[in-house]
Amino acid sequence: MIALLVRDLRLAVRAGGGFGLGLAFFLIVTVLIPFGVGPETGLLSRIAPGVLWIGALLACLLSLDRIFALDWEDGSLDLLATAPLPMEGIVTIKALAHWITTGLPLVLAAPALGVLLSLPPSGYLWVLVSLALGTPALSVIGTFGAALTVGLKRGGLLLSILVLPLYVPTLIFGAEVARRGAEGLAVQTPLLMLAGISFGTLALLPFASAAVLRINLR
Amino acid sequence: MSIWEYANPVKFIRTTDRLLPGVSMAAVLCLVTGLVWGYFFTPDDYRQGATVKIIYLHVPAALMAINAWIMMLVTSLIWIIRRHHVSALAARAAAPVGATFTVIALATGALWGQPMWGTWWAWDPRLTSFLILFLFYLGYMALWSAIENDDTAADLTSILCLVGSVFALLSRYAVLFWNQGLHQGASLSMDKEENVADVFWYPLLVCIAGFVLLFVALVFLRTQTEIRARRSRALLAREGRT
Amino acid sequence: MSVRDLAVARGGVPVLEGLSFTLAAGRALVLRGPNGSGKTTLLRTIAGLQPAFEGEIEGAGERIAYAAHSDGLKSMLSVTENLRFWAQVFAQSDIEPALDGFDLRGLEDRMAGTLSAGQKRRLGLARLMVTGRPVWVLDEPTVSLDKASVARFAEAVRGHLAGGGSALLATHIDLGLDEAEVLDVTPFKAAPRVSALDEAFL
Repeated sequence: MIALLVRDLRLAVRAGGGFGLGLAFFLIVTVLIPFGVGPETGLLSRIAPGVLWIGALLACLLSLDRIFALDWEDGSLDLLATAPLPMEGIVTIKALAHWITTGLPLVLAAPALGVLLSLPPSGYLWVLVSLALGTPALSVIGTFGAALTVGLKRGGLLLSILVLPLYVPTLIFGAEVARRGAEGLAVQTPLLMLAGISFGTLALLPFASAAVLRINLR
Repeated sequence: MSIWEYANPVKFIRTTDRLLPGVSMAAVLCLVTGLVWGYFFTPDDYRQGATVKIIYLHVPAALMAINAWIMMLVTSLIWIIRRHHVSALAARAAAPVGATFTVIALATGALWGQPMWGTWWAWDPRLTSFLILFLFYLGYMALWSAIENDDTAADLTSILCLVGSVFALLSRYAVLFWNQGLHQGASLSMDKEENVADVFWYPLLVCIAGFVLLFVALVFLRTQTEIRARRSRALLAREGRT
Repeated sequence: MSVRDLAVARGGVPVLEGLSFTLAAGRALVLRGPNGSGKTTLLRTIAGLQPAFEGEIEGAGERIAYAAHSDGLKSMLSVTENLRFWAQVFAQSDIEPALDGFDLRGLEDRMAGTLSAGQKRRLGLARLMVTGRPVWVLDEPTVSLDKASVARFAEAVRGHLAGGGSALLATHIDLGLDEAEVLDVTPFKAAPRVSALDEAFL
């Protein structure tokens, strides 16, 4: 299992783009927002937590179809299925690799991009915390979507349609933590809900992803 | 005789063929009675005026939008556990009907909201939940149409329906938490005090019965169509190979 | 490993039926048959990638090392990294015999993407040796191999058999494996019928 994680990370580093692409997209979205809504600092600082969350979510979405596509094309997925690894473990590792290559850089970049959006000083910590807690759920849910669409030709668009509604609860609670934190309100309730969703999906969704992947490999 | 006998496609078609005229007639009768009664023979509400009458479309459509998803959830479970093909096809048949009911609920909600709240759309928790439900319907139907192998499609959509149900429920609570909303309380409830007045209540019940029957009739019809499409594919396959 | 009354299906439609054979340790079985006769489906079923339509398979499962048309190689990883990855996945550690057995010495640090087609194929087959599994299930293993490489491959299979392993191969060419039995799958072609699933609709 560790070998699979190491291989995926090594491939992401060598293929370039692994870490960079989602991050670049996140940067571009964040830069485009002030062009769209105007440079007024008050408005920007009010919407900053939400914009950072949506930017991170879209950047995450962008790279989902690569979770299984390459392994599907070169036959690795078939071979992994015959290996003595549980399918649930394989999908969890795949989600973890996706989070490390996409989610984690987004979490770390978010405070820097917060500067561009005049994020209030009290917001930095909570943007960081909420994204750190929420992006694993985005990766795990995304892996489920990627497993559903693996091998489909028009998979990319379908993947977005399938995954985006599933992202709603995570987005709502995550952005709420960031917004309340930025405004100096109590964050406990949404924070607990966000943690609940993250750990819940992490514990249960790999079973669904594995079942779906087995069906698709059949 | 067990209920599973109807899982046989031929038996299903034969039975629903017998039931369909009756159910359709009853649906039309209930809808006409309920709507005419509701629109022409009930007084205007003292606060909301005539706009309240959209309740006769809005509430039954919203109710059936949710019930259609629940029906899909149940039939998906039956497919996963007992692998009856009719069950999977019934789920597939119900999805566009449920999606249409969702659109009706959203559209009538907008028409009602405009004079009441002064806006066509508000990010009210209930409206938002229905919008999210609509997205779930879209994803479900898109997945069905994207996969060529019927069995694989049935398996994958069933699992999506299960997972989607959990997330739809989560979204419902998330949305409630996110915005308290303008929406009036439940129109229907076991608690008599909270209910709408009797004059509106009885025609509303008739309308709901009409929508339920309409849903049943449409799902019967659409499931029959799916079965026949499947049969013609099977026949073609047999012709092609012999 | 043995199969009894096995029927395998593609997309719910049976393609081969009534197959029974036993593959003892130290033996090889070569499957023959025209393209589309169901050899690949049979091998995938035995490898456990899809369920059997009918019948039983014994002694397969965790004992199978499967190799298909695509090798599951990563072009951005070196030869040793590719092999070591699969060795770790199968809880093995020694990749040296595989490097020797398929003449990959001198290529250890080359990226798999820079190898020739034949070299890639050899690397894909070397993967079998690092799985440590006794039953090799090979689907057209000699595609894009030249004569010398085919001979080397046959040698590797022979070595595997001598070590108590066994091999099930689908191939068109003669490997020169004298000890291998040959099974023509053509007589086992499934009678034309609609799938069980579609039968319910007729």
